[in-house]
Amino acid sequence: MATTQTTQAARAAEQAELAGTIRVAVPEHSLRTDIRAASIVWRRELIRFQRDRLRAVTSLIQPLLFLLVLGTGLSALAQASMPPGIDFKTFIYPGVLAMSVLFTAIFSAASIVWDREFGFLREMLVAPVSRASIVIGKCFGGATIATMQGLIMLALAGLAGVPYNPMLLLILTGEMLLLAFTLTAFGVMMAARITQFQAFMALTQMLVMPLFFLSGALYPLHGLPTWLSVLTRLDPLTYVVGPMRYAVLSHLPLDPAAVSALSPSITWAGWPVPIMLSLGIVLVMGLAMMGVAIATFSKTE
Amino acid sequence: MTGHGSGGLAAQRVANGHREPAIKVAGLTKKYGEIEAVRGIDFEVPVGETFGFLGPNGAGKSTTIKMLCTLARPTSGSARVAGHEVTAERDAVRRNIGLVFQDTTLDNYLTGAQNLRFHAALYGVPPAAVEPRMRQVLEMVGLWERRDSVVMTYSGGMKRRLEIARGLLHAPHVLFLDEPTVGLDPQTRASIWEYIGELKSREDITIFLTTHYMDEAEHCDRIAIIDHGKIVAIDTPEALKASVGKDRVQIHTADDQAAIAELGREFGIEAAVHEGAVTFSVSSGEQFVPRLFAGMSVPIKSVSVSRPTLDDVFMSYTGSTIRDAEASGADQMRQMAAAFRGRR
Repeated sequence: MATTQTTQAARAAEQAELAGTIRVAVPEHSLRTDIRAASIVWRRELIRFQRDRLRAVTSLIQPLLFLLVLGTGLSALAQASMPPGIDFKTFIYPGVLAMSVLFTAIFSAASIVWDREFGFLREMLVAPVSRASIVIGKCFGGATIATMQGLIMLALAGLAGVPYNPMLLLILTGEMLLLAFTLTAFGVMMAARITQFQAFMALTQMLVMPLFFLSGALYPLHGLPTWLSVLTRLDPLTYVVGPMRYAVLSHLPLDPAAVSALSPSITWAGWPVPIMLSLGIVLVMGLAMMGVAIATFSKTE
Repeated sequence: MTGHGSGGLAAQRVANGHREPAIKVAGLTKKYGEIEAVRGIDFEVPVGETFGFLGPNGAGKSTTIKMLCTLARPTSGSARVAGHEVTAERDAVRRNIGLVFQDTTLDNYLTGAQNLRFHAALYGVPPAAVEPRMRQVLEMVGLWERRDSVVMTYSGGMKRRLEIARGLLHAPHVLFLDEPTVGLDPQTRASIWEYIGELKSREDITIFLTTHYMDEAEHCDRIAIIDHGKIVAIDTPEALKASVGKDRVQIHTADDQAAIAELGREFGIEAAVHEGAVTFSVSSGEQFVPRLFAGMSVPIKSVSVSRPTLDDVFMSYTGSTIRDAEASGADQMRQMAAAFRGRR
């Protein structure tokens, strides 16, 4: 209470100084204000990621379990069908990278539902900016932190016998970024419609594991029964995990026959899908889902 | 950056000294399905006034504020805020108003300063003005020293103050406060009113607030009493109290029903039970009390006489005290909430 007087004195002094309040002329809505809005939404994701170290650590556990426990446990069985010079852990490593991106991206989108329940979404939605800028900021924010989470996993490449080749790391980072963007866009699209946190988590949990298992993260995509073969082609994750695995294997001292046996091209009715098209599909899906999310948010309130 | 948005208002202010009111509402209604939450209200708030909407929960206060803030579309009627039409010029209205909601809309994981910077960027506050303006509003609400603490560590009162500071950050022409002190302890409520008072002395701002606390409505220049979606009275607190012109007498008796009957028979007074006591109004309470004791056969346990308060004003215009109205309004609220959820 003793401070009350001093603050009051300070306040009186400032009163004179602030007599002319700082005039703020809020500008008209323009592309520039929208970009600024998108970038602050993006920055908020980064600040929150930075602050939540515990989440970054706990998000590592599941991918590490797959890589180290499942990878090691199954290696005796799997090694029989592996060409010499490649570990089963190396084989599943790209899938595990995708998995860590998957969890973080979905979790980041879940924060929209969380924000809605705690009211902060309202602060964003009542602002005089286009809803598109908020959704775009959110998608890129989620993509950035999911990629950062992937980078932590990427730093552990040595555990899986993957070389720290700069070119390889660059390619994998780019592919993770693409995957992270599309998955966040998917999550944001869902979060635009699902207003309850419990329901959102239940639904994503129901989707995350099938997405992962159908992506070919744990097995090569050839010689599969037709039903499974069809399902893997419908999973967007497939179109990133395939190129990621190809990148890893082609940077190992393996003969081309072994690479194409372990990382066969994704085929549509026998036609091999080029890697760039495969990645392009993922990008287009991401953009389309972001578009749906923007449309949904623009309609509310 | 010569925006029409803020330029429009500036132009009106210059125009031969005749200022357009900060808020102008005509025939405004809002229906949620079958339920009419707001049934045709009209009022004007001149620039610089603190205007209060007083009524029980479910009377239509929040719905009205939502329409004025462009968060809900009126079913019919028109509303202009800060010189712009709420439906046709949504963004222009939003740029010129500050909002403090009943429920918190802060990011608990960010610091106070980060919450404000976020707001500044969304509202396009010029980057050079952000830090000085932020300091100004944070000092006004006494949170400058705590600006780098995460909001999660703030008390309820601090959060509300931070929201008020944030609502002011972009220097709005009209500040909307929806139940600014609900859920706060009496001491914090008093301090919030202190900040609002200080704010009025510093900034050229119109304040529109809703409350269901009678004592708080006294802080307003003018108040509108709203009940069942209609404005039943609108004036300064003093004028409203004077209009009642009667003292309120409450008595506790051994038999309330008998007392009510006897009051009617002996004195021609209509009394009713409110808040657990037999309540009625008479023109001069002190002089009536001796006559009361002389004329009543029902034993009286205690008696209290009070000068007209806004409670009495509310009672004389709506026929019930605000607390009674809230008890019966609760049903209606639930209905409305259900109808609202159904729409989404």
